[in-house]
Amino acid sequence: MTSLDQHLELLLRELAPQVLGAVIRRFRDFSAAEDAVQDALLAAATQWPVDGAPDNPRGWLIHVASRRMIDRVRSEAARRRRETVASKEPRQVAPSEKDDTLILLFMCCHPALTTPSAIALTLRAVGGLTTAQIASAFLVPEATMAQRISRAKQSIKASGVPFRLPGPQERALRLRAVLHVLYLIFSEGYTSSDGSQLERPELSGEAIRLTRAVYSFLPDDGEVAGLLALMLLTDARRPARTGPGGELIPLTEQDRALWDQEKIREGVALVTSALSKGSIGAYQLQAAIAAVHDEAARAEDTDWPQILALYELLRRMSDNPMVALSYAVAAAMVNGPSHGLGLLDALDSDQRMANHHRLAAVRAHLLEMKGDRQAAVTNYLAAAARATNLPERNYLLTQAARLQESPTASSIDPGCDP
Amino acid sequence: MKYILLMSGTKAGVETYKAWSPKDIQAHFVFLHELNRELRERGELLANEALADPNQAKVVRAGKSFSPVTDGVFPESKEFLLGYWIVDVETLERAHEIAARLSGGPAPGGGQLSMPIEVRQILSRSSEEFQ
Repeated sequence: MTSLDQHLELLLRELAPQVLGAVIRRFRDFSAAEDAVQDALLAAATQWPVDGAPDNPRGWLIHVASRRMIDRVRSEAARRRRETVASKEPRQVAPSEKDDTLILLFMCCHPALTTPSAIALTLRAVGGLTTAQIASAFLVPEATMAQRISRAKQSIKASGVPFRLPGPQERALRLRAVLHVLYLIFSEGYTSSDGSQLERPELSGEAIRLTRAVYSFLPDDGEVAGLLALMLLTDARRPARTGPGGELIPLTEQDRALWDQEKIREGVALVTSALSKGSIGAYQLQAAIAAVHDEAARAEDTDWPQILALYELLRRMSDNPMVALSYAVAAAMVNGPSHGLGLLDALDSDQRMANHHRLAAVRAHLLEMKGDRQAAVTNYLAAAARATNLPERNYLLTQAARLQESPTASSIDPGCDP
Repeated sequence: MKYILLMSGTKAGVETYKAWSPKDIQAHFVFLHELNRELRERGELLANEALADPNQAKVVRAGKSFSPVTDGVFPESKEFLLGYWIVDVETLERAHEIAARLSGGPAPGGGQLSMPIEVRQILSRSSEEFQ
């Protein structure tokens, strides 16, 4: 979608799932309908800037996509059979257009799909991004991404998922899968930009847009609100999170004046209202922790006892060693580094964590807090050797170098919240 | 997670391929072609390239004002990179599985090779954890 102004692109991408829903309802073929809608979006992106947008953009897109479908049907020499299907009235009362976006999300995030496939298909079918844009976001060749999308469509076909909302029994589980995919899209977008990827679409913003859509359909679901809040409260810190060379700046050293106060206000309001409604979930708790960080005007004003209490709740809720790690950091901030280090020892025997760079990184931080410089250096270097992520590895190497160089330990930062 | 799978061998090892029968060579090419097709279809293959004969290899170092100084004399035991595959997979186990497939292509006379494949993770740029 070149030379298309952002407003128009956003309009097209918001209409994408609605148009797709309408075309699927008419032709009952998710895979072909999805291709036809992409064609229609592309046609709009080329024609509208020249001819002006039509009065009824949604109707225009449905019309063009349907024409593509009919062309395809004809060329497949299956005209008579398919057109009979196409002319049938929908059996049930058509749900609102809004539901279509939600139905599509449930389809694209179906457990029958592998996670990378679900992510790719969600971004294309619901997000309205092109295959090329998604490929560039994940730094893979377009052909690879096209293959993933086509496999995802095959899986949907093979699993026979009907185009409707899952029933009440399945629903909670399926919604969890949707939220997980949106969470992964957000975290994939949470990269430190080194300026070499200017053309990458902004995945965190896209994840927020899609989660906002889910929230508008399910405003009473605490975890949906919690996830949206978590994204906003995290994204608010983005401008302060990396330095000019793309280097990571830990939470405690960030220039908080750069934080996006509007996102913080919205996130805090969302999580506060979600928590007051009762059923508490992991996204709400993570959002609450992010809110406590975001509400501290200076790092030293952070309400660590409250963060510790929230991690305690989170720890009871899940057997996630990353939560146990963050809990140890919070405990160290409240009760001192020795207490935190003691908690880390238990993680050494956890198969999932024993060789994880974050365990060594946190240990290094706590040892530095305690004043054991040499052991801190050793652990920073061990963490750097295990890191699977470039900005973090560079950060850890820099920490080790700083400690080896300067005679006095300077900053103390837990660096892994939330 | 992205991994690079590096296939390497010595000059002497590469020389042995040159004595393979056309049938054996063909079987090996078909094997690799099929494997690449499978990886592509699964949406796992990001790139793969074969490199020219190690006899053409040069090592370049910077001389004065960055003028290239080349060296092409290598001991017989030196391992050369012969080719690489970059894959994007969900688990390390899957990367190992692909590496084993690459390693065990058909050998002359119907046996199986066991080429060493070095598996290295490519550092990601996105943080799994937020700050």
